Amino acid sequence: MGKIILPFNNILGTKGHFDMSKVLEYAPTKAFEQQIRESALDSNITVSMGPQHPSTHGVLRLEVVLDGETVISATPDIGYLHTGMEKIMETKKYQQNITVTDRMDYLNPMGNNLGYVMCVEKLLDIVDDIPPRAQTIRVLLVELQRIASHMVWLGTHALDIGAMSMFFYCFREREKILNIFEAVCGGRMTVSFFRVGGLPYDIPDFVPSLIKDFCDNFPAALKEYDTLLTGNKIYQARTRGVGIITAENAIAWGITGPSLRGSGHDFDIRRYFPYCGYETYDFDVPVEKEGDVFARYMVRMRELKESHKIVLQALERLKPGPVKADSPKICLPERDVMLNQMDALIHHFLLAGLGFKVPAGEAYHSIEGSKGEYGVYIVSDGSEYPYRVHVRGPSFVNLQALPVMAKGEMIADTVAIIGSLDIVLGEIDR
Amino acid sequence: MSQDALTPTDDAQGENLVVEKRTGLEQVTFLVKDKFGDSILDIAKKIGEITIFVKRESIVELCLFLRDNEESKFDLLSDLTGVDRGIEEDPRFEVNYHLTSLPKRMRLRLKVRVSEEDCSVPTVTGVWPTADWHERETFDLVGVRFEGHPNLRKILTPDDLEGHPLRKDFPLRGY
Repeated sequence: MGKIILPFNNILGTKGHFDMSKVLEYAPTKAFEQQIRESALDSNITVSMGPQHPSTHGVLRLEVVLDGETVISATPDIGYLHTGMEKIMETKKYQQNITVTDRMDYLNPMGNNLGYVMCVEKLLDIVDDIPPRAQTIRVLLVELQRIASHMVWLGTHALDIGAMSMFFYCFREREKILNIFEAVCGGRMTVSFFRVGGLPYDIPDFVPSLIKDFCDNFPAALKEYDTLLTGNKIYQARTRGVGIITAENAIAWGITGPSLRGSGHDFDIRRYFPYCGYETYDFDVPVEKEGDVFARYMVRMRELKESHKIVLQALERLKPGPVKADSPKICLPERDVMLNQMDALIHHFLLAGLGFKVPAGEAYHSIEGSKGEYGVYIVSDGSEYPYRVHVRGPSFVNLQALPVMAKGEMIADTVAIIGSLDIVLGEIDR
Repeated sequence: MSQDALTPTDDAQGENLVVEKRTGLEQVTFLVKDKFGDSILDIAKKIGEITIFVKRESIVELCLFLRDNEESKFDLLSDLTGVDRGIEEDPRFEVNYHLTSLPKRMRLRLKVRVSEEDCSVPTVTGVWPTADWHERETFDLVGVRFEGHPNLRKILTPDDLEGHPLRKDFPLRGY
């Protein structure tokens, strides 16, 4: 590989002072000249892309070896955002950890919350006790979150390729969803809304009408984006036939979610291993066969419509009822009950102060996050603190296949491929 | 080996799940028991999840069998992770493999336990390429070595960090 190594250490001298005489000494040496000559003959160039490159969606560094503009190999270098979240989760109580999951995939916090609380519910064996209203609200919010997450993906992916106006339009739509979340729980990105056993409180009365408003306008907005980008000749030229991966290859590399469905496999956890009553909703799983960037784009665009469909169905199903499981040792009591009843007050005091114990054991639960299979594996030793939490982030696994897709493509296309994988570095590095 | 681990009295709710959606899974466990015999230390079933405890010498062979057998077809390695079971425990470490079979729609967990003195497990990157980063992450954070891994380097922590953060004797503060 033709790396040009400049003798900077020698130029700076032993004390780090800039020594002009040494520059004169080193610059024209034969060896240096020879090195330049060799690297000119060897056409491979190593480029370090990132970690501050805008199109790497965070702090991803790629070590790309190029022959001209063709990628010979692209090696992702991750870990710049590693904050030891799994270690932190071992030191916090089960209900405190919900806030940590928000910060992993910060574009899909509702989904992360859901995956985590459902895994704890599985350990507690209360999966079937979650009231229908809580289930419906969970589906409603998770699907809205999927739309919001896909909106950020669409905006940034188009921006990477050069369609700047998409970014502003998509954030307009996302803003509406974040406003809904703000109305629901006060948080916009770090929502922490789901609790083990249901929801902390019911959603405010005016929220369904807000969601209804959003749903009424969304198809028109989606059509707008569709006309802006899908038929765009430049966009198609940049994405068709780029970054192809076959379904078989994709499964071997562990790719899940829309990125896998773009390769022609219909694996969707909502269908394969239903949770939260997804089996009762009427929706399609969009699949495209080509396996290129454009196919992954089309899958997500069609998925937006399906999510919109599910949100509408969930809105219709919203019937009054409790939003917490009937297990006072796990769910905090309602405030007015707590202020009037002795046992509720005791439960509240113990739950807030000590938390709840989870039976010893282990569980793995995965949900269909906006980027793929979001799996949570919890080992419990019977105390209030999880013994070990492991998160299977879809971005982490999907990014791993980038070298396979980028090989033989142009350097500019790696940007399109990264965009089409929809990665979030917060989840990759955890 | 607990022969009666799969009796119907085990877990009422989990049993229903198996009968309705995972009929093939029991068949798979019997096949595995039949073929690998002594290499299978235990087959446990809890909250609807089946775990196969396997000796580390047989893990690659078992994974290949589960991937290629017509009855199982575990073509997707969903997750691979390590757990430090405690400083006092022996064997101290365990590696968990979460397999998913897309054609059969079932899930299975494999578990390999290794002691602290000899904490290495054969790599399964030859079976599923996706194990690459999972194994590097487990090596980095838990400190289990994967023999035969093509590129066993640190992946998340800085190069100059000594120790493995997810071990129980790694301090939470002071680093």
